[in-house]
Amino acid sequence: MKNLSYLICILFGLGITLSSCNNQSQKSNGALSSSAAEKVYVAPGEQDEYYAFLSGGYSGNLTVYGLPSGRMFKEIPVFSQFPTSGYGYSEETKPMLNTSFGFVPWDDLHHPDISQTNGELDGRWIFVNGNNTPRIARVSLSTFETEEIIEVPNSAGNHSSSFITENTEYVVAGTRFSVPVPQRDMPIDEYKGNFKGALSFISVAPDNGRLNLEFQILMPGFNYDLSHPGRGKSHGWFFFSTYNTEEANSLLEVMASQNDKDFIAAVNWKKIEEYVKNGGGTKMPANYAHNVYDEETHTGTSTMIKEVVTVDPTKVPGSLYFLPTPKSPHGCDVDPTGQYIIGSGKLSADITVHSFDKMLAAIEGEKFDGEAYGIPILNFEEVLAGTVKSGGLGPLHTEFDDKGNAYTTFFISSEVVKWKVGTWEVVDRKPTYYSVGHLMIPGGNSRKPFGKYVVAMNKITKDRYLPTGPEMEHSAQIYDISGEKMELIYDFPTHGEPHYAAGCPADLLTENSKKIYRLDENKHEYATIGPDDARVERNGNEVHVYMSTIRSHFTPDNIEGIKVGDKVYFHITNHEQDFDVPHGFSIIGQGTSEILVMPGQTKTSLWEPKKVGVWPFYCTDFCSALHQEMQGYVRVSPANSNIDLSWSLGE
Amino acid sequence: MKKASILMIIGPLFLLGLYVLPLWNIMLGAPQYPEPLGMNIFIDGIKGVNEFDIQNIDGLNHYIGMRTLPKPEDMWEFSAFPIIIGVMVALGVLIGLLGFLGKVSYKWFLGWFVLMSILGVLGMYDFNAWMVDYGTNLDPNAIMKLTNEDGTPVSYKPPLFGHVKMLNFDVTSLPSTGAWLMFTGMMLTVVAFFIGKKAWQPKGGTHPAKPIKVKANDK
Repeated sequence: MKNLSYLICILFGLGITLSSCNNQSQKSNGALSSSAAEKVYVAPGEQDEYYAFLSGGYSGNLTVYGLPSGRMFKEIPVFSQFPTSGYGYSEETKPMLNTSFGFVPWDDLHHPDISQTNGELDGRWIFVNGNNTPRIARVSLSTFETEEIIEVPNSAGNHSSSFITENTEYVVAGTRFSVPVPQRDMPIDEYKGNFKGALSFISVAPDNGRLNLEFQILMPGFNYDLSHPGRGKSHGWFFFSTYNTEEANSLLEVMASQNDKDFIAAVNWKKIEEYVKNGGGTKMPANYAHNVYDEETHTGTSTMIKEVVTVDPTKVPGSLYFLPTPKSPHGCDVDPTGQYIIGSGKLSADITVHSFDKMLAAIEGEKFDGEAYGIPILNFEEVLAGTVKSGGLGPLHTEFDDKGNAYTTFFISSEVVKWKVGTWEVVDRKPTYYSVGHLMIPGGNSRKPFGKYVVAMNKITKDRYLPTGPEMEHSAQIYDISGEKMELIYDFPTHGEPHYAAGCPADLLTENSKKIYRLDENKHEYATIGPDDARVERNGNEVHVYMSTIRSHFTPDNIEGIKVGDKVYFHITNHEQDFDVPHGFSIIGQGTSEILVMPGQTKTSLWEPKKVGVWPFYCTDFCSALHQEMQGYVRVSPANSNIDLSWSLGE
Repeated sequence: MKKASILMIIGPLFLLGLYVLPLWNIMLGAPQYPEPLGMNIFIDGIKGVNEFDIQNIDGLNHYIGMRTLPKPEDMWEFSAFPIIIGVMVALGVLIGLLGFLGKVSYKWFLGWFVLMSILGVLGMYDFNAWMVDYGTNLDPNAIMKLTNEDGTPVSYKPPLFGHVKMLNFDVTSLPSTGAWLMFTGMMLTVVAFFIGKKAWQPKGGTHPAKPIKVKANDK
């Protein structure tokens, strides 16, 4: 009897516990969804907490978003022509897309990285890579415009790029495809042993950011996939993941997946820098473009460089080691302390973590497992810090928060996995929609991450948004990572195919963001500084129109004396000095694109009239209540006519 | 009387602030100008609150046919005001010094204040007249010609003091730091007058060392 009553008591007690549990979970579900809405809601008129710069992939451009709202603010044209502003179409910006292959109006932009000082984001510039026709670009974070593009010779598939060292000493670009160096006519099946992989170190001038290709390390013909700098204690080293150490040249899908382990290459760039400084390396003939946009002349210039310094790493003892890493590693990430190098074997379930200290000890103790092309291979066990037994499949990339956690994306199992650095235990996992590639935590690859949000950028969208036919934009998800468990709080479409992204606190950039260009600093060769300078000049069949704009008219707005066959350069200077008052210029039959001219700026559009007649031009930006009146006419006469040039306004 | 005289010396010196600080401020905010445009009116000219504000205000005003804002050389006031203020400061300090030395009575203090007030009112009248002219004497070929319900043209005269809604703009016109310093200085001279008067009354016309004693006796 006594026992029975105990039992009843226990059951009763259990019942209460269970039912109260039920109630709680129901309640918290409701609260959860409403708090997610609050977390991403940025009220009208308010601003986001973080900037996020998402690569545009095959759009060739860089997009700027706000976190946590997921709102897009701007598309910055970098490697692709952009009719919205006239980038790559205007005479001033055409040189920016010049390469050794001529004018290449497109690229595949992959990995943005914000400049750093002492391993922390400093918000001066953002660097991006063009994957297809190897290029590195520097984008100003005060004008949010592309200021410089340098082509990378001896490279192909510029993928393990554009990552910077912790004081922005270098922006580093590694080749994904090994190629003959120098390029030459040779049979493809002689790849093995003959092709080379170039790792390029491009210096960044601390005052103005100017890029210079200092040296290229010529590596064995593997595929150099991704890279990240050492930081803190490992500053001075750079780590590159490799695959295809099999050196296959066909059906890589199978042929490059035969070795159980490929390598992470650890490069002691300080040693090589010193070697080059002391006259080491080989000067090799080359031909690559260096394009610089000057903010004061509002003009880009392209210069061809004819020489590059290459370094055979086997000639610099202690400069290069291979860390065996299982299953064709893709992501190669370094934690905020600089102690751990994370290699994500993309065909594996596990994440491999190497220890920097153990690596130094193994080098010291010469714990080698043979060599590859004269480069020592360190013993796997000797450098291994640990393995994250994730339970997922297909790890790709890792970012870090400020509480000692790492977040790794899994492409195949479509999830983000949170784990503890040091103990390697998995803390949490959340699905992504679908098949995530990179992820980004603002500052998540620096010494000082801001661990509040993580953005997962996916490769597959399918049913996430209203259907828009077979082709659609890629999806991204935002998770709140401020707590122990990750919480999915938002889902938004991106533009192009975002690969990597970079983010920073908003206040790092807001103060420096330019509002206008000063007209009194405009040094453009064809600027019209005062309305009295407006004029039209002929030089053979070239006609230069010096035109100014202010709300809401062009000066001049009537032009006569243009002939069929002329090349007419419209140099438009915007005289506004007011925030957000651009004027556009477009003219019928414009074979390039319209141009959008910011206050104080000068841009040039080339027009080649083909038909006799009187042709209108107009402002493309709704600049004021009298925008519709902002127009003019050009009289085009037959090629053999003798009508003098004349121009006027208000006559 | 010494205390009063010192105040009388200090008070007019506050007017020196007008040489570096604006007398008046007019701000123009609108939906598309969340950060308002503004002008600071100094005794020697008009300057934008932000560097390009004057240019931008002129740019907007051309729609309604207003003339551009005057440059210092366009108005005699901008060369006369600095001289008038200089003379008044010198005069005030001189009266204060003479009061200190017992050469003039406290009544002179009030005299200076009254003169300054008359000049101030004249200045305001002149300023207002300029604004009336500027806001109503418009280009007949203006882009936008707006009329009131009764058919008379809309006036764009900014308020002398306070806030007015003018088309899409909220216009606020208020005295600025220079003016507040001037008012403070002028008030000090009134205080000087009353202290002087209080010190003066019981004996009437004794030498300046006395009033302090008398004041002590009052207690």
